[in-house]
Amino acid sequence: MNVSKRRTWVRSMLAAAASAALIGPAWAQETLKIGLLATLEGPFAVPGQDSMRGADLALKEKNGMAGGKKIEFIKLSSDATPDKAVASTRKAVEQDKVPIMIGPLSGDEGIAVKNYAKTQPGVTFVNGSSGAQATTLNDPSPNFYRFNTEGAQWMVGLGEHALGKGYKKMFLVAEDYGFPYSQVQGFMASYCAKGGKVVDKAWVPLGTKDYSSVIARMPKDIDAVLVVLGGSDAVNFLTQYEQAGGNKPMVGGSITVDQTVLNYKGKRRESLLGTASAGPMADSIDTPEWKKFVADYKAAFKDGFPSPSLFAYLYYINTKAVLDALDAVKGDLGNGQKAYREALQKTNFKGPAGTVKIDSNRNGVGTTYITEVAKAADGSFYNKVVRTVPDISQTLGLPEADFKKMGLGSRDVPDCRK
Amino acid sequence: MSAAYWRRAMNTAPVRARPRAAAATIEAPAPDPYAHSDAPRWLKFLWGRLAARHVFVMLAVLIYPFVASPFFTYQIGAQSLALGLIALSLTLLGGYGGMVSLAQMSVAGMAGYLVAIFGTSTATAISLAWPWWLAVPFAIVLAVVFATLIGWLSVRTEGIYTIMITLAIGVAFFYLAQQNYTLLNGHQGFNQVFAPTVASVDFRQPVPFYYLALACALAGYGFVKLLVRAPFGTAMQGIRDNPRRMHALGYHVTAHRVAAYALAGILAAVGGVLMTWYNNRISPGSMGVGVMINILIIAVLGGMKHPIGAFIGAIVFVLLQNFAIDLVDRERFNLVIGGVFLAVVLFSPDGLLGLWAILRSRFGPQSVITSNQRRQP
Repeated sequence: MNVSKRRTWVRSMLAAAASAALIGPAWAQETLKIGLLATLEGPFAVPGQDSMRGADLALKEKNGMAGGKKIEFIKLSSDATPDKAVASTRKAVEQDKVPIMIGPLSGDEGIAVKNYAKTQPGVTFVNGSSGAQATTLNDPSPNFYRFNTEGAQWMVGLGEHALGKGYKKMFLVAEDYGFPYSQVQGFMASYCAKGGKVVDKAWVPLGTKDYSSVIARMPKDIDAVLVVLGGSDAVNFLTQYEQAGGNKPMVGGSITVDQTVLNYKGKRRESLLGTASAGPMADSIDTPEWKKFVADYKAAFKDGFPSPSLFAYLYYINTKAVLDALDAVKGDLGNGQKAYREALQKTNFKGPAGTVKIDSNRNGVGTTYITEVAKAADGSFYNKVVRTVPDISQTLGLPEADFKKMGLGSRDVPDCRK
Repeated sequence: MSAAYWRRAMNTAPVRARPRAAAATIEAPAPDPYAHSDAPRWLKFLWGRLAARHVFVMLAVLIYPFVASPFFTYQIGAQSLALGLIALSLTLLGGYGGMVSLAQMSVAGMAGYLVAIFGTSTATAISLAWPWWLAVPFAIVLAVVFATLIGWLSVRTEGIYTIMITLAIGVAFFYLAQQNYTLLNGHQGFNQVFAPTVASVDFRQPVPFYYLALACALAGYGFVKLLVRAPFGTAMQGIRDNPRRMHALGYHVTAHRVAAYALAGILAAVGGVLMTWYNNRISPGSMGVGVMINILIIAVLGGMKHPIGAFIGAIVFVLLQNFAIDLVDRERFNLVIGGVFLAVVLFSPDGLLGLWAILRSRFGPQSVITSNQRRQP
């Protein structure tokens, strides 16, 4: 009697243990880890922090849940070098076993992570804010998605706008690496096709302090200068151009006319008015979606910028696409993430700055905002939206064959000196 | 007589006065207890030097990839070995030659660039697409020539001036690579520089690559161990401790130092080829100032008094780089890395090896000093 009682007890304990073992993993699955990579070290540390804010905001809007699971970000850092970006991505994928990876921030990192993605077909990679053309145009990886548009797309429409302002001959000053190549191509593709001339190009190393040789090279008979420099490089150029007596108007790249330039205090400050530039977003977009985005950002991050940066916006839309697709498949990542990737491909939502959707290369098709510097009521300068160009594809609005004939942007491509 | 003239006279004057004879008297071979058994010579040599800890470490590194995940095999294991090899070249120069060179990473970078230029990459206009067995030796030989040139330029300086001149060379090479498009492909460098497949073993896979790195690291370690006991190595240590006296003994100080740069260059070049294959790419950022300093940190962290220090330092460095972000807030993790370095350097000037020695002398058994027990069983 006693023996059988004990046996029952042992059996019930075993059954309890077995059921606990079965239920256990189910409980554990309630949390889904997603890798999130941005540059928290090196030259882009400040944009990197804002990138993280953008991603956090997208998750916060969904109360930290997607597809019925609690989402946990595994945050990773790089120093804007491709080596470090791949090392951090590899850690998240192989050590922390994340099924989905978001990042990285800058162009060359994006190409390296895309190459790594090919060796991990079971994991889905979504871009952060990197904008190199080659990532999705040359040898794309079937599991790498980019919901934002890239550097060349951001400049589409600015060429016509410059022609409309009467700039027929321009001189180019740009930093000598991948992102400005793309930006210049985006500008020149339409500018040159419609009859504009870029008489000479000055490619300067990143971080150049002395522009005197460049300024001396500039011909007298140009109508405007196309300046594709970032941050302090742009301010340095502007100061030295003014000191040398330059008086031509300026057309800027997507990261040229930012707050550092708008706060410029030199004598030519007034001449900045009317400087045109273009990008995938602008601070002064006048739509309810954008205003809500800015308000949410300000409410969520007391230590953030006065208005979300380009990087926060790009990480936001990419993260939102990831989470929306998780909702669409109810968190089902089985079968090699087949259903999930189909849902990603079908992404089509109205983001803060226009519709977010992708093409067959899994690259974003989106809106570009053309802005001009204007004076606000309090005397400060801001970028006023003057035109929007919707639905820009990665071939810059050209037929694919024409675009392929032109090739990817580089120091010499495209060329329209004569 | 100006100081420069004096130095020149000290370094070049009527040397070549029987250096070999002096070396022979220093290096009188110790009596070998196994000299009369009939085992092969190399076996006797090993038997005289191997201890239990060597066997233990050897087994551990050989079994490691079977126990560890691919991530730990590749990113922690193989990367530590490759970085350790580059740091070992600095240990050889700094620890045994008294010349701290920051340009070792530039030598490694040069080897990496040459592999990309001679071998295959996405920059098809530049890469010559030679087979690996041609590209790799050429890359290593040319990188060693580069290292010798660096040595030739910098050996006439001492201490902080050596650091400055090698730093200048490293930074100059970085900017050259950043701005040269015809040969070095500028800012973006070379992508998809893959390790070769030899006899159906794909060295891009974690485990084969780990063993490749391990073989190179062991060879480098053994090379340094042998070298520092060879006449050349002892002469180098003599030059480190008192160059004028060595010169008076008839050694050509400058030649020895340049040769040390060349030998260290071999280690750095092999390490550079491994790092390029590990990253599948090379660009100026792979050998920038930060990376150059990292090599110095690794060597100092591990300890420069023994060649194993370079590898211990590399393991600790790579582990910190990968996992410090999990320990603390994501925006503060560099503080942990810096704090550990500071603590190690502050409490143990000889790095982790020195720390180990301190701990052993404090907590270990108080041994009576005897003369070489192990050799006299």
